[in-house]
Amino acid sequence: MSALLAVEAVSRRFRGLLAVDAVSFEVAAGEIFAVIGPNGAGKTTLFNLIAGALAPSAGAIRLAGERIDGMRPDAIAARGVGRTFQIVRPFPAMTVRENIMVGSLMRTPTARDARVKAEAVMERMGFAALADRPAGALTLPDRKRLEVARALATEPRLLLLDEVMAGLRPTEVDGMVGVLREINREHGTTIVLIEHVMRAVMALAGRVLVLHHGARIALGTPAEVVAEPEVVRSYLGTGPIH
Amino acid sequence: MRWVALAVLGAGLLAVPAVAGRYELSVLILVFQFVLMGQAWNVMMGYAGQLSLGHALYVGLGAYVPALLWLHLGVSPLIGVFAGMAAAMLAAGVIGWLGLRFGIEGVYFALLTIAFAEIARVAFDHLAITGGAGGLFLPVTPEGRASWWMLDGGPVFFYYLTLGLAAGATGVVAWLARSRFGFLWRAVRDDPVAAEALGVNLFRARMQAILVSAAMASVAGVVVAFYYRNLFPGQVFDMSRSLELILAPIIGGLGTVMGPVVGAALLTPAGEALAALVQELGLDAPGVKAVAYGLLLIAVIWVRPSGIWPWLAKRLGVS
Amino acid sequence: MTAGLLLGVVVQGVMTGLVYGLMALGLSVIFGVIRVVNFAHGEFAVLAMYAAWVAFTQWGVDPIVAALPISAGCFVLGFGLQRWLVSPFVGRAEHEQFILLAGVAMVLVNLLLMGFGPDARPVNLPYALDSYEIGPVILDKARLVAAAVAFGLTGGVIGFFRFTRTGTAIRACADNLLGAAVVGLDVKQLYALTFGIGLACVGAAGAMLVTISDASPVLAHGFTLQGFIIVIIGGLGSLAGALLGGVLIGVCEALAGFLWQPSMKSLFSFLLLVAVLALRPQGLLGKRP
Repeated sequence: MSALLAVEAVSRRFRGLLAVDAVSFEVAAGEIFAVIGPNGAGKTTLFNLIAGALAPSAGAIRLAGERIDGMRPDAIAARGVGRTFQIVRPFPAMTVRENIMVGSLMRTPTARDARVKAEAVMERMGFAALADRPAGALTLPDRKRLEVARALATEPRLLLLDEVMAGLRPTEVDGMVGVLREINREHGTTIVLIEHVMRAVMALAGRVLVLHHGARIALGTPAEVVAEPEVVRSYLGTGPIH
Repeated sequence: MRWVALAVLGAGLLAVPAVAGRYELSVLILVFQFVLMGQAWNVMMGYAGQLSLGHALYVGLGAYVPALLWLHLGVSPLIGVFAGMAAAMLAAGVIGWLGLRFGIEGVYFALLTIAFAEIARVAFDHLAITGGAGGLFLPVTPEGRASWWMLDGGPVFFYYLTLGLAAGATGVVAWLARSRFGFLWRAVRDDPVAAEALGVNLFRARMQAILVSAAMASVAGVVVAFYYRNLFPGQVFDMSRSLELILAPIIGGLGTVMGPVVGAALLTPAGEALAALVQELGLDAPGVKAVAYGLLLIAVIWVRPSGIWPWLAKRLGVS
Repeated sequence: MTAGLLLGVVVQGVMTGLVYGLMALGLSVIFGVIRVVNFAHGEFAVLAMYAAWVAFTQWGVDPIVAALPISAGCFVLGFGLQRWLVSPFVGRAEHEQFILLAGVAMVLVNLLLMGFGPDARPVNLPYALDSYEIGPVILDKARLVAAAVAFGLTGGVIGFFRFTRTGTAIRACADNLLGAAVVGLDVKQLYALTFGIGLACVGAAGAMLVTISDASPVLAHGFTLQGFIIVIIGGLGSLAGALLGGVLIGVCEALAGFLWQPSMKSLFSFLLLVAVLALRPQGLLGKRP
């Protein structure tokens, strides 16, 4: 069992629609792994299955060898899976600091310690100036960063990032890429990210999984995947990658 | 600055019985009761976002259980209060379990809480041991022989008792709000899905808030029983009781420590003054106070849906 | 006790239940479309009861006849209420909507208390004691007429939503608000219309209720709760469910009152509610969410 995350022939059916179709892959500890695919390919559903927001219709999901499919989201989070939401879900009436503290509270019993830990996360994510702002008043890029900060605060082994670069300006993308690389290097945090910003995928990911209509159509290094004719056809239509 | 203000307020409140008459004391006792009940409801709705419209049930159990223990077994209400608390928490646990286990949320959950309060009202109406619909009466001892461990005393005694309980409840809420509980409750209130993804056990967090709230409300019941010394199921468990006790926190500001205090301090004396005025004018209008409360509720929810305290705090420069 | 007597009690319950059903229908229409709980529903029922009482004692108008103009008056009231008071609260937090309408309820019921006093006001119909005998079952004339009219009105409202253009437009708002706005429906107007229809139902039901019960402000809370219970038991968003729920509650209360004690009859509706919430939260005729 060397893989941190093992997804084994997982399927999820919504009434007639097969949103995820017998997908298998493994992610090793310390890896940065990307999931790409056109809209509606089943990427977010896959995340929801791993994080426990949905239960698979078939197949198994293992975290460090332990089966986690069908567990409640909080139980999976407690085992070290942190996630962000594609459509951001801040706690709007709480400040940025308090939002992050909720994440920290999973690893520490007292609010006092959580505050100290949250401070460190805010420092890393560049939130110092916004600490006492209500999360409901943030701009969208800031809310995206808050999603990442809150998930980081839970000190995850595995971080699931759902399109955290979308809507960011190129310099902000570079900043986020830098932060993620740093986290990965310093803490050995494994990162799985869903991303449309190919620049970020190319810069970060060691391997890429391509989904189309819920099924796996390619898996490999970014260079390999991009070279596959089927990927070019299904995901990018006929145009080139940029 | 804040501590100085609190100290001045505290000293002033402690000195009140030296200058106030029986009537003024009775109004203040009422204010403190509403602070206590308001804080209880504030924990569940203001912090954890669980709408209960049946809190009269917990106040009522907190009233009946110690009263019965005292009447039949001679148990001091200072011990009986814990039995009342246990009964209220048991009832809250059943309601909470039903609601959380079966995913009954929002308005439906509120209806469930009303239903249980109504079930208690009808059941107590027909129980012989509680005196049924005819009521339960606690004998009054002559004023000289009154004893504090039997919660029997004059207005000054109840003034200090209710002041202590109201201050204690406010202190508990202030502590809870800054503790782990407060953060997790507010997270669950703001976005349960996101909270769960951050490792918060929704069932546990909500259940804790429900139980704490019921326990606090049950303490108010002891005062209701031993201050007024009569209990009727039709009054104690009535829905209007449940509605009355949520006014102060809403008007003062939900999910804030001072909201229920400010709300009760404004609302209760204003209502009393209005009722006195109507009587002074020689009008026989029993509903005037409630009409005024109703209009005030509508006005507050229109103009300041987050309550008076957040707005006032900003004005005063405290937060 | 004979089977005939029991049958009589059941029939009595069905008739009362039809009037309850019409009242609950109003609540269901408002909640189903606007997603706002009309917490003042029972208060409006009591308002209509007093209106019927005034009409009867002042001008000798039969409550069943008065139900029509009272219903129309309630429609106007509901239209205005939604347009000027409730509208900004659509889509806001549940507890804010609740507080607004609880405020309206408090004002309304206490104004009635101030106007009419706490004593129950009876309507003594000249035909109150008339009844028809069908086999072993005895039918009160007053209750039978009220039940028949309530059934007719319920059918009318269901027909309106099913077969008319306006009714279909309102259902479209309930299904997909954004879509309805996009295709050019005047949502605000339709919402006001819906609230009006909801109060028209409760107005008619309230006016006819004086044939069954005396008018009194203490009834208001109970009516609101009962309306709720009926809607949830029948199934939210199902108009026929309100009818079914009303009949079930009517029968349940009549039987409980007959077999046990009249003062305990509400216990059974509450237990029925808890059972439905736990076992079939979408209600008997509701669709699974």
